[in-house]
Amino acid sequence: MKKIEAIIKPFKLEEVKDALSDLGIEGMTVTEVKGFGRQKGHTEIYRGSEYTVDFLPKIKIEIVVADGALEGAVAAIVKTAKTGKIGDGKVFVLPVENAVRIRTDETGDKAV
Amino acid sequence: MIWVKTRNFFSIVHHSLPRFFVACLLLASPFSVKAAATSAVPSPSASPSLEQRMDYADAERSNSDPSPTGIAPAASPSHTAWMMVSAGLVLFMTLPGLVLFYGGLVRQKNVLSMAALCLGITALITVIWWAVGYSLVFGRSFAADGASGFAHAVSPFLGGTEFFFLKGVNGLPNTDYAFWIPQNVFCIFQLTFAIITPVLIFGASAERMKFTAVIVFAFLWFFFVYIPLTHMVWGATGLMNGVWNPKAAIPAIDFAGGMVVEMACGWSALVLCLVLGKRRGYGREPMMPHSMVLASVGTGILWVGWYGFNAGSALAADGIAANAFLTTTLAAATASLVWPLAEFLQRGKPSVLGFCSGAVAGLVGITPACGFVDAGGAVLVGAAAGLISYLACTTLKRAFRYDDTLDVFGVHGVSGTVGLVLTGILATSVANPNLLGGAASTNGLKAALKGHTLWLVQLEAIGITLLLLIPATLLITLIVRALVGLRPGGEIESQGLDIHDHGEEGYTLNG
Repeated sequence: MKKIEAIIKPFKLEEVKDALSDLGIEGMTVTEVKGFGRQKGHTEIYRGSEYTVDFLPKIKIEIVVADGALEGAVAAIVKTAKTGKIGDGKVFVLPVENAVRIRTDETGDKAV
Repeated sequence: MIWVKTRNFFSIVHHSLPRFFVACLLLASPFSVKAAATSAVPSPSASPSLEQRMDYADAERSNSDPSPTGIAPAASPSHTAWMMVSAGLVLFMTLPGLVLFYGGLVRQKNVLSMAALCLGITALITVIWWAVGYSLVFGRSFAADGASGFAHAVSPFLGGTEFFFLKGVNGLPNTDYAFWIPQNVFCIFQLTFAIITPVLIFGASAERMKFTAVIVFAFLWFFFVYIPLTHMVWGATGLMNGVWNPKAAIPAIDFAGGMVVEMACGWSALVLCLVLGKRRGYGREPMMPHSMVLASVGTGILWVGWYGFNAGSALAADGIAANAFLTTTLAAATASLVWPLAEFLQRGKPSVLGFCSGAVAGLVGITPACGFVDAGGAVLVGAAAGLISYLACTTLKRAFRYDDTLDVFGVHGVSGTVGLVLTGILATSVANPNLLGGAASTNGLKAALKGHTLWLVQLEAIGITLLLLIPATLLITLIVRALVGLRPGGEIESQGLDIHDHGEEGYTLNG
């Protein structure tokens, strides 16, 4: 089992979700997050007071998949979230020891 | 009285619809007058003639003195209806207008501190107003014939004691101020001004003044600044009440509160924020408005509420009120155009806060002028207020590096003062015939208007207002600091006032 954490541009969420659904991935957790990488922030001005906003709004998608589904899922995210411009985000892959479906007590690959 | 001869109803309607309405008014007015009068006034011994009744109805329509008709004064339903709506509109500016406007402009952790002071001051001032406030501002017993020499000496600065605990403030008009509205409605209308003025000050001290200090400051400031200043400007025996006090030493004009509300809150705000010092991290940490949505909704409420504030200050539903309605709209719109335009030219982007700030600056600027200037004058006032307040909030504030959190000085203090000077230049008796009335002829207002020197009188009044405002507010701030302290302390300020002062949060995650 692997966990995929993908940080993407907010407006790409629908496309990414649809691509993952097409692969048969049945669930995901999405969070509105803020952060920065190489993409610079912007300035906001309120009555002449200027503030540099470093942290930009992004979407973090978390999914856990069986090892066999990993490659396809990562490829789908990278393909759909890409705009080619700075700030497209990143995909992280982490190993997962176990998973439990609370309702049925199923564990492992059956639970994801 | 042609219509008296015509008995046939249909011929009236057919031949002359206007006459029909006059006839209706004539028939209706004695009933309504009696209905209002029975509660408090003995009915006049001899029943008035038709001609007297007609003159009475004319006086009601033109908002003039009915006493020559010999009919006992009573409230007019139409004027009263407008004034009750106006009083509600002005309170609506504080609750929820300023809750949203001020609340949106501070950071999330302090949003409730703004709501708390709006609500708390509304409650506090209302009770003071009932006990002594209204009487000290709008009474006149200190100038009564039997009063002591000392009382006479203070009467230009304080009203009297006759209305303590609102004794005798009932459904009958107080003709010192308005011929046709009940004094209790006048009292509540004026109360809503007394509420919003101290509330406005605390925009300058936002995010760093603790609630106990706010309340103690509001209490002292109300007694030592608001009450005397408002009597001086609007009281029947007031020092600077040019339009209505024949004995006014300085015949200045302030229609809806350029001195009483805008200068008072704006300049006091400057003094307070200078003594208070900057917020922790000011200039280093981001201190952006947490919700421009709330702030812009609040601005809309302020603009709409300002119709009660300005047009309501005519104290009648008459032509002067209608003119104030028009000039208020024009000035607000002009300034709301000028401010973001200046931003666009200087920085390339017109901001939502620019539209909001411009609108408020325009409304502030037109406040003293609205019942005295015409449409063209209003556009000039709006343009000047928008531009000068823009420069004050951006350039001036940066140059002197004071932390007036929500620009109460830059918007209210500056545009209020600018508006007062422009009122002296642009006032015209075409907009307001009272500028040539009996009091104005006696105290020199009429002469100043004719001689184009009214702006100098306005400057004098501005000077006296500042002489009261600045030392008194400074002293009050120092007293509050000695009594309860002004700021909550570093850690608490970083955490936000809401949790520490009120034990609540504006927004919680778990529903």
